[in-house]
Amino acid sequence: MITILHEQRVTTHPPVCHTHGDAGALWLNAPAIEAATGWQWKPEGLCHGDVCMPVPPSARAGWVRELPGQAPALNVAEMWRHSGQPVVHDQAGQTWVLGTGTAQRRAALETLEAPDFTLPDLAGSAHRLADYRGRKVFLATWASW
Amino acid sequence: MWQVLAEELKDLGLTVLAIALDTADAARPWIEAAKPTYPCLIDADHHVAALYNLVNVPQAVWIDEAGRTVRPPESAGSDDAFRAMDRNTGAMPADVLAQRQWRKTAYLDAVRQWARDGSANVNALDAQEAITRLPQLSDAEAEAHAWFRLGQHLQAHGNAGEAEAAFSRATSLHPASWAMWRQTAAKDARGLASGAAFWARVDALGDRPYYPPANIVAPEG
Repeated sequence: MITILHEQRVTTHPPVCHTHGDAGALWLNAPAIEAATGWQWKPEGLCHGDVCMPVPPSARAGWVRELPGQAPALNVAEMWRHSGQPVVHDQAGQTWVLGTGTAQRRAALETLEAPDFTLPDLAGSAHRLADYRGRKVFLATWASW
Repeated sequence: MWQVLAEELKDLGLTVLAIALDTADAARPWIEAAKPTYPCLIDADHHVAALYNLVNVPQAVWIDEAGRTVRPPESAGSDDAFRAMDRNTGAMPADVLAQRQWRKTAYLDAVRQWARDGSANVNALDAQEAITRLPQLSDAEAEAHAWFRLGQHLQAHGNAGEAEAAFSRATSLHPASWAMWRQTAAKDARGLASGAAFWARVDALGDRPYYPPANIVAPEG
C-alpha cells in the first residue's frame, strides 16, 4: 500500500500500476487522487472548485497511463511538481507527501481569512478554528522543547 | 502560560487557542500542570506552522470574529533577553530583564485592549497593513514543511533512521524555523533542546533576532 500525506489528510492506496525503474512517479486513478488530495481529475485537468490545472499536452503521453480493464492513472507527482508544489517521499516510495507550494500558501494567507484547521486536545476531542467564529481568537503557539 | 489572560478576556468575547507545536506525550505534563480552562490543541505535525508560516514559540496570530487575520504571526511578547544571559550562572542584567518585562506587559496589554475595542483598536491592522506584514515563504521553506511532515510520519511508524534524514533536509531547507529544529534536535533531561548546539545556532544569528519583537503600538498608561 502507498500512504499519501497532504495537508492533514492521510490516505492509503493500493498501487495502481507497476512503477519499476520510475521511483519518482506516483500513479493514481481519479478516485484515489480525490481521496488523497481533494482534487478531482477531470478531462480539463486536476480541478478543485473553479480552479483547474491542465495536464500539459506535451506531457500527456508520459503522465497519463491507460490501463486495460482499469481506470486510467495519472502521475500525480509530476503534476504536483508542475504546479510548483513540493513532492517528497521515502526511499521505498511507500510514503509520499504532496506538499503545498509558496504561491498556494501566499494566495490563501493574502485573503486574510485565517486558514482553517482541526486539531485534537489531549483528551482526543477535535477542535476546529472555524467553530470559534463570532469570537476573537488569540491563536498562540507553545512547546515543551 | 495564558491562563490569566484567557480567564480575564473570555467574557469580552476572546478565546485563547493554544497550539502545542509538540507531541502529545511531551506536552501532556505541561498541560496537566497548568490546568488550563482554554483549549490546548496538539499539533505534532506542525500543521498550523505550515499553514501560517510560523517558525518559533511563542508566536501569536490575532483573528477577529469574522475569522479574518488582523495581526499576522509575530512573537507573542517575547524578546531576545535570554541572549544576554550569563551561560554559566543563568544570570541576566537588570536592564535587560526590565525591558523584557516591559515588552511582555505591553504586548499582553495590547491583547487586552483589542479584546475590549475590537476592530477600532490601533493594533487590529487594516487589510493592507496585515497583508504587508504576512511572513513570506520561499520554495525551499515550502519543501522543508513537506520533509518535516514526512519525517514525523516515518518517526511515528518506526522508521527513525529515515525520519532523521528527512528532518535534516527540513532544517537545512528552512534554517529560520526554530520550531522544526528544536522539535527534532537532541533534548536534555528536562526535554529542552537548549544545549551547546542550540547556543551555537543562536550565536550564528549574529545581529538577527531569535524573537523579532512584535511591532505593536504600546497601550498608554
